[in-house]
Amino acid sequence: MKIGVLLKQVPDTETKIKIRADGKGVEEGEIKWVINPYDEYAVEEALRLKEKAGGEVVIVSAGPARATEAIRQALAMGADRGIRIDTTGIEQDPYTTAVMLAGAAKNESFEIIFAGKQAVDDDCAQVLIGVAEKLGWPHVTPVEKFALSGKTATLQRPVAGGTKEMIEADLPVVVGCEKGLNEPRYASLPGIMKAKSKPVAELKASELLGTERARINVTKYSLPPERRAGKIIPGEPEAAAAELVRLLREEAKVI
Amino acid sequence: MGNVLIVAEHANGKIKKYSFELAGKASELAKELKGTVTALLIGEGAEAQAGELGHYGASKVITASHAELKYYTPEGYSKVLSDVIAQEKPDVVLGTASSTGKDLLARTAMRLGVGLASDCVDMSVSNGKLLVSRPVYAGKAIIEAIPEGIPQMATSRPNTYPVPAPQSDSPSVVVFQTDPGRIKARVKEVVESEAGMMDLTEAERIVSGGRAMGSADNFKLIKELAKAIGATVGASRAAVDAGFASHDHQVGQTGKTVNPTLYIACGISGAIQHLAGMRTSKVIVAVNKDPEAPIFSKADYGIVGDLFKVVPILTEKFKKLLQE
Repeated sequence: MKIGVLLKQVPDTETKIKIRADGKGVEEGEIKWVINPYDEYAVEEALRLKEKAGGEVVIVSAGPARATEAIRQALAMGADRGIRIDTTGIEQDPYTTAVMLAGAAKNESFEIIFAGKQAVDDDCAQVLIGVAEKLGWPHVTPVEKFALSGKTATLQRPVAGGTKEMIEADLPVVVGCEKGLNEPRYASLPGIMKAKSKPVAELKASELLGTERARINVTKYSLPPERRAGKIIPGEPEAAAAELVRLLREEAKVI
Repeated sequence: MGNVLIVAEHANGKIKKYSFELAGKASELAKELKGTVTALLIGEGAEAQAGELGHYGASKVITASHAELKYYTPEGYSKVLSDVIAQEKPDVVLGTASSTGKDLLARTAMRLGVGLASDCVDMSVSNGKLLVSRPVYAGKAIIEAIPEGIPQMATSRPNTYPVPAPQSDSPSVVVFQTDPGRIKARVKEVVESEAGMMDLTEAERIVSGGRAMGSADNFKLIKELAKAIGATVGASRAAVDAGFASHDHQVGQTGKTVNPTLYIACGISGAIQHLAGMRTSKVIVAVNKDPEAPIFSKADYGIVGDLFKVVPILTEKFKKLLQE
């Protein structure tokens, strides 16, 4: 079975974000880059499926040269090979990213694609959906349980208020992976060694994009409004609780 | 002229409050665009309530029902939404950043080849175009953006705007003859795991517990406080990973993004991953025994103390207050 995984390299959440002086982006210099946490569930689920059904797991990522590092990390977990779409100089937004990834996926003739349900840098949760639409496949996201029987996938999708949808999807399908789907494995030392010699092909963004361009015009980056630290209510639990209840009613007017 | 189409949602025969909120905001935007608001209601069970959307600013409501649209499916619903857009030719299409809204608008935007701004925390009109703000990098930065294409599309974070006072206006309600097409991913069953739990993303009040709760059993303190003030129960990642609460309750980066009026964090230190999910809450309360916990720097009100003492007292005091 030919299994694709969409991967994005994102800033570690702990990284401090500095806005560029021109307000048009963020300083990348000091950012520590990691695999998008949700994409680790996608890699793991793909590896588990390969272990059952055989075949190959291919990691596809659209990013600049540094993204190769994230692909290598997925290869170290056990994926077979990687494809990086070089986006140097390309305006990347959910639309162009989906077009590029769908283009690469089409050439590979995947039977199923796993992706994180969203990337934690821009939190758009659009790309995997866009890839499915471009390919004419169904998508299901977020998914917290997955099973495959023949050409039919059974998926559990959490929706509002703890309600779960049980979904049946015909392959091929794009699956958006949610926390809880699995426990991603760590790369083993032999895995890391092997990953160094696994192939990572490079594609040119311009060839996949043609004349397509970004559909989101970001005009400004700014820092969020600072939350001022509020009042610490002094006193013993009884008195402090009474004062808090009073403040919530009389000052904040939320109760 | 700039007409706005909103995607309204419903559950159990009732239109979602966040759809009234969206209708209200859309009518403000439409006024600036010198257009009108049309609401689209897809699926079965709320057709009789369609007129209510008129009380909040929609001058027309389109209902689209079909046996295949009983449950949300991205394929079926995006086909209907695309067909309605083709017929109505709106300049702006808005939805809520709910589990349905963000999925449906994403699929539809790609189908139409237009831009979609997800999970916006503000929307306005600038030079005759929709301009949005949305958080990025776990809320550490905010971007302003213009989704390009016709229509411009965006989803709005629930509880961002007040629901306007209802007016007596009645909209025209029209039925859209619909064909959802072939659906390859079908909902076979819907299971309610916790009956009556309101979704965190739309909750107006949330009480969350962290690792300091110590056990799943102790989480009942959180549940009791939540019950006393009609809140939904949340949890930090540490509490979920420790098995004190299910992932459905997780607030933060690998959980839900919430936007309540009141957020009470009990025994939560306030790691950046947690703040990412709740920093837009209007009023934040923290109860933590560590005076250095980062949550206090974001909280409007804090109590430094033992939550096992403070929380039950709070529950009693709220109960008493709300009985009066």
